[in-house]
Amino acid sequence: MNDTSRAGGAASLDVSIASKEYHSASGRPLRALEGLRLTLPAGQAGAVVGPSGCGKTTLLRLIAGLDKDYAGTIALPEHGRLGMVFQEPRLLPWRSVVDNIRIAAPHARDADIAALLDELGLAEHAAHFPSELSLGLARRVALARALAVKPDLLLLDEPLVSLDAALAKELRQMIARLIDERRITTLIVTHDLREAIALGDRLFLLSAQPGHVIATLDVPTPRQRLTSEAAKRLEAQARDALAAARESPQRESKSDP
Amino acid sequence: MIRLFSLAALLLLWQTGAYLSDPRRLPGPSAVFDKIYEEAVSGALFSNLAITLARVVAAFALAMSFGAAIGYLMGRDKLADRLLDPWLVVLLNLPALVVIVLAYVWAGLTEVAAIGAVALNKLPNAIVVVREGARALDQHLEDMAQVFRFSPAARLKHLVLPQLAPYLAAATRSGLSLVWKIVLVVELLGRSNGVGFEINMAFQLFDMKLLLAYALPFVALMLGVETFLVQPLERHVSRWRRGVSRRLDRV
Repeated sequence: MNDTSRAGGAASLDVSIASKEYHSASGRPLRALEGLRLTLPAGQAGAVVGPSGCGKTTLLRLIAGLDKDYAGTIALPEHGRLGMVFQEPRLLPWRSVVDNIRIAAPHARDADIAALLDELGLAEHAAHFPSELSLGLARRVALARALAVKPDLLLLDEPLVSLDAALAKELRQMIARLIDERRITTLIVTHDLREAIALGDRLFLLSAQPGHVIATLDVPTPRQRLTSEAAKRLEAQARDALAAARESPQRESKSDP
Repeated sequence: MIRLFSLAALLLLWQTGAYLSDPRRLPGPSAVFDKIYEEAVSGALFSNLAITLARVVAAFALAMSFGAAIGYLMGRDKLADRLLDPWLVVLLNLPALVVIVLAYVWAGLTEVAAIGAVALNKLPNAIVVVREGARALDQHLEDMAQVFRFSPAARLKHLVLPQLAPYLAAATRSGLSLVWKIVLVVELLGRSNGVGFEINMAFQLFDMKLLLAYALPFVALMLGVETFLVQPLERHVSRWRRGVSRRLDRV
């Protein structure tokens, strides 16, 4: 009983999940998500933040259409072309970097792919096989692949996880620049609040399992001009909301700064 | 170099064996090579080799294409696996000879019966190997392909076949040797040409020179197929793995 519609008149992401259950090995149903609602206007970047195990990746899988077994509705932006960066790069190990991109985006022009590789600092790695790349580079290839399909919705699952601080910062700036330039509707899933504030226009704070949105915070300033004080204020606000939800687990409260 | 030396040692052993025994039981290398030359000049050797090789290729192609399709289906679909598994076990345990005799009895002493019987003997082995490969397909890559909406052709070419390649190579390697051995039995029992038929003639006439003169060139031929066709192909499809070892070397 679900409905993933691709032609939601308003070009935005609209998710409303009544419930999503898993069956554990013992056969006992396990409720991963319950009463989760989030709306993301077209062209904005949303960041889903929550403790690990709260169902963030589950949510992303539902939005990506990889799991249809849930109750609720998900309306994708118009045309519904998806680009996704998984937690592991998931490149085809037997194809070169440029072929990986070409296979996922068969309609992309060679010049566009070359420009994209250039922009992500991958030009010299185009002919390499994924096994010859470091994790940081492989992530960038996965990002290039997701962008090459000219997605209507870009999904990023913990894009900076297990990178060292310097590499994470570099990739974060790269992602911020790319989604600013292209105005792609983007949903980022992360456990790191600072990362979410740095990348998102809108934050969705998720509760522990069964996951639902505790609070939605809008980031008022464009991410490139966000001062560290403003970021700290947002962070404190988000932490308060999370703490409040832990103390009194009542449903959803919308708070705007 | 070591391989050549080992081969020379084998020849020497053969020569010594022939020297010590009755030349009618075990003719020496030179006698056999003379016979090979004789059969080659008459043209009989090549026509028989070609006929047998054609049967090997036909039966192998048939068994591999059906085996790969059925094996993939059984590896991916639980219902199909449970439905077809008993058949597979029966086929795996049916002696080659029984299949051949049944095929000749039911379909007559025809080319179709001969090739069909050989293919049917190889089929279960191909299914089992490819099924293992299909079970081991990476679900993560499968999900990726679904999100990026790979076309069925792209999925097969870039996702499924590269992952099945080592399994297909293993099935090919064991399959070629199995198929050519069974083709000889089929020819011995119900065909009037080919290497198997000639070997049967040699047996009837107790002509060991003739027997070896047909057996050895065919072994050499299959060795050539393995060395110049199967191995280079395998190296080509697994070239991406070399990157892994290169990377490990650097570390």
